[in-house]
Amino acid sequence: MDVTLRVWRQPDSASEGGFVTYEANGVSADASFFEMLDMVNEELNDRGEEPIAFDSDCREGICGTCGVMIDGHPHGPQRGTATCQLHMRKFKDGDTIVIEPWRAEAFTVVRDLVVDRSPFDKIIQAGGYISVNVGAAPDAHDTLVPRPAAEASMDAASCIGCAACVAACPNGAANLFTAAKIAHLGLLPQGQPERYLRTVAMVETMEDYFGSCRNYGECETACPKSISIDVIAWMNRDYVAAQWKNFRKQGQQV
Amino acid sequence: MTTEHNARVLDAKIPDGPIQEKWDKYRFDTKLVNPSNRRKYDIIVVGTGLAGAGAAATLGEQGYNVKAFTYNDSSRRAHSIGAQGGINAAKNYPNDNDSIFRLFYDTVKGGDYRSREANVYRLAQVSNEIIDQTVAQGAPYAREYGGLLDNRSFGGAQVSRTFYARGQTGQQLLLTAYQALARQVAAGSVELFTRTEMLDVVLKDGRAVGIVTRDLITGEIESHSAHAVVLATGGYSNVYFLSTNAMNCNGTAIWRAYRKGALFASPSFTQIHPTCIPVGDEFQSKLVLMSESLRNDGRIWVPAKAGDDRPPKDIPEDERDYYLERMYPAFGNLVPRDVASRAAMRMVQAGHGVGPLKNGVYLDFADAIGRLGRKTIEDRYGNLFEMYERITDENPYEVPMRIYPAPHYTMGGLWVDYNLETTIPGLFAAGEANFSDHGANRLGASALMQGLADGYFVLPATISSYLANWLNVPPVPTDDEVFVETEQELKERIDKFLSINGTHTVDYFHRKLGKVMIDECGMSRSREGLEKALEEIAEIKRDFWSDLRVLGTAESLNQSLERAGRVADFLELGELMVRDALDREESCGGHFRVEHVTEEGEAKRDDENFAFVSAWEWTGEDSPPIRHKEPLEFEYVPLSQRSYK
Repeated sequence: MDVTLRVWRQPDSASEGGFVTYEANGVSADASFFEMLDMVNEELNDRGEEPIAFDSDCREGICGTCGVMIDGHPHGPQRGTATCQLHMRKFKDGDTIVIEPWRAEAFTVVRDLVVDRSPFDKIIQAGGYISVNVGAAPDAHDTLVPRPAAEASMDAASCIGCAACVAACPNGAANLFTAAKIAHLGLLPQGQPERYLRTVAMVETMEDYFGSCRNYGECETACPKSISIDVIAWMNRDYVAAQWKNFRKQGQQV
Repeated sequence: MTTEHNARVLDAKIPDGPIQEKWDKYRFDTKLVNPSNRRKYDIIVVGTGLAGAGAAATLGEQGYNVKAFTYNDSSRRAHSIGAQGGINAAKNYPNDNDSIFRLFYDTVKGGDYRSREANVYRLAQVSNEIIDQTVAQGAPYAREYGGLLDNRSFGGAQVSRTFYARGQTGQQLLLTAYQALARQVAAGSVELFTRTEMLDVVLKDGRAVGIVTRDLITGEIESHSAHAVVLATGGYSNVYFLSTNAMNCNGTAIWRAYRKGALFASPSFTQIHPTCIPVGDEFQSKLVLMSESLRNDGRIWVPAKAGDDRPPKDIPEDERDYYLERMYPAFGNLVPRDVASRAAMRMVQAGHGVGPLKNGVYLDFADAIGRLGRKTIEDRYGNLFEMYERITDENPYEVPMRIYPAPHYTMGGLWVDYNLETTIPGLFAAGEANFSDHGANRLGASALMQGLADGYFVLPATISSYLANWLNVPPVPTDDEVFVETEQELKERIDKFLSINGTHTVDYFHRKLGKVMIDECGMSRSREGLEKALEEIAEIKRDFWSDLRVLGTAESLNQSLERAGRVADFLELGELMVRDALDREESCGGHFRVEHVTEEGEAKRDDENFAFVSAWEWTGEDSPPIRHKEPLEFEYVPLSQRSYK
């Protein structure tokens, strides 16, 4: 199949960017989207033009390194699928495909389709963990985890940190990402001692970088792991509860 | 090829005493650094996968100053995340006669008797602590309804000892290590450098004193010094171009260490994983693994008649060959990976291959779906089935999966002693980057186990024996000539890549190298083929250095430039793999020399002449490497012909 690409090119974060049009001819329908871009890059290099920079690592949809906006949809047209798992059979011969980097206030474009998502790491560093030094853990079976809790926790924990949720959100909010981690840890018995401190710290760090959630639900649609926005409701309840519980614990006045 | 008179016999520094007591004895005898002195030490950890993030976080918890490096944009991306099926431990929760000794025994046997007993025993010992630790950190492992942990089976074992989190165990374990590391970054004990690639290790007076890195965004070349350097940079399966590894996985860190004098052990011991989606077209960029756990419920078969190209549903039961169940009744579909891969290869070579290119075998779930219902299969493997369908456009609930072996894991790596220290003092290697625990074949669900064992438990316990010697000695300053010279060399190398201005892309050469490696140094190897490969690699290398075209500049994000450095190193590493495969005149595990087979077509070891680890020493650009030996002794697992019948 033959497709026309309109690709965002931008030399670095300080420079202005713009769309450049390329033709990708003779693409196999069985090729993945990035294999199609690899092919375009080989041709560009052969012609003496610098290849298009894009992030991609595992190509199995699990590492979260990749992700581009395809015709206005994060990760493209297929639900529950990271860009690296998208195949050209989802497009038609003669299509024009617009490819852009994630766009959000919190992310800067590093080059072409590559963005800096480091604010995500800041949210995790604020409390997205259970504090247990190596060597200090009790026996694994000292903690029973009800199966429904383990399953719900795993659903949330399957987040790959790709940031499609932020790119999809009209406000550039990171609530789905943050809530997924808060729910993963907060649903487990092991996560209880730090639960409310964690929720407050992570939510407030999130708000330092990202816009506000207004329940558009675009994030859930864009999520390559189909994480439900139920986790956002869970986080919000937990945040309200945390205000109350932390004050009580610390003996503070409102 | 080897200069025998220069060859040394290596001392692995294995503690004395019965194998069950070695690790405890070691930890009592070793030199310690007291908690208040630890802040006086700087440690560099390169790589943030299970081993690297685990080690960096743990050393930070202990009070050392750690600098951790990753070329990814976040430490949550390392390829440990791709591991699907699970992690082994000797908990014996299913009450099926498992024990630390059995896990040890299975791992030594599974590795075809080419690993070091003392290390493997230690690995089995700490396996249970890994489960305790990761549960406490919040890894959402699969649970029974009573709230207890669930187990499943993996190849090479007759017990169920594999803990799992759906088909995403590696992801969940990496995220717990990532989160432990994030906690230390927030605490200030670990300084994290993302999008920063290590380009060389720096030595002074024969010991490792730091590294030189390139900032992948700005291109800046920078030196970092420390009292010790830990390489946890993973394996080198991408030497084959097509492998199950992530696109950026590379051998540069361990290769640069090798060129600085660290010995490289068993380079030709590579694992070709039996259950991957077969190669499609020539534009393919990587191969995708389908977890070994699928062999718990899937049955592998081919048409009994060669060349039978009816659709699978039209082939009646009695015209199918469930060849693993036929040849290995005791282990059936759960034989170790090397055995399963070779059997698939033989079936395809004999004309029984399936699919449009006749390059696969079936992995069929019809029986399991009939027995357990679709819902159960969906719960167990749903995400894998979805991934399969996205890639192949076929529904594996209705049509059997097609699978074929693909390069996956490298058992070889930097030679390390019992301390995980390489032959360069102060330079340590952990996880897949070292060679120590899997011999000539790794069992499934053991890579996560080894990565976390090394990172969380072993390295943080052994590194003090080295550090204690350097109390109150400051690190070598980064303006020392050893750093300045290395920086200069690296800048020249980068300028060289940018100035060749030939006609071909980096991938062009990488694909050529990969083709030679998979054809001649893949699942089966012959003297003739290997000798031919040496010539072909030399030719590709010559062309690479004269006809490569890398555009752009050194002072910006330049992905072609990054790949050029990695492929330049792969060209040299591939050559060493071929030399090692030529030198080892036996078959063992994943190293299968067609000249050395049993009557039944299985790998035939030569314990008389090859019961040792080959550890290679770099001697310069134009002189052949020297092969040293670490003799292997099997006191607890008697040497025998492996049998899975």
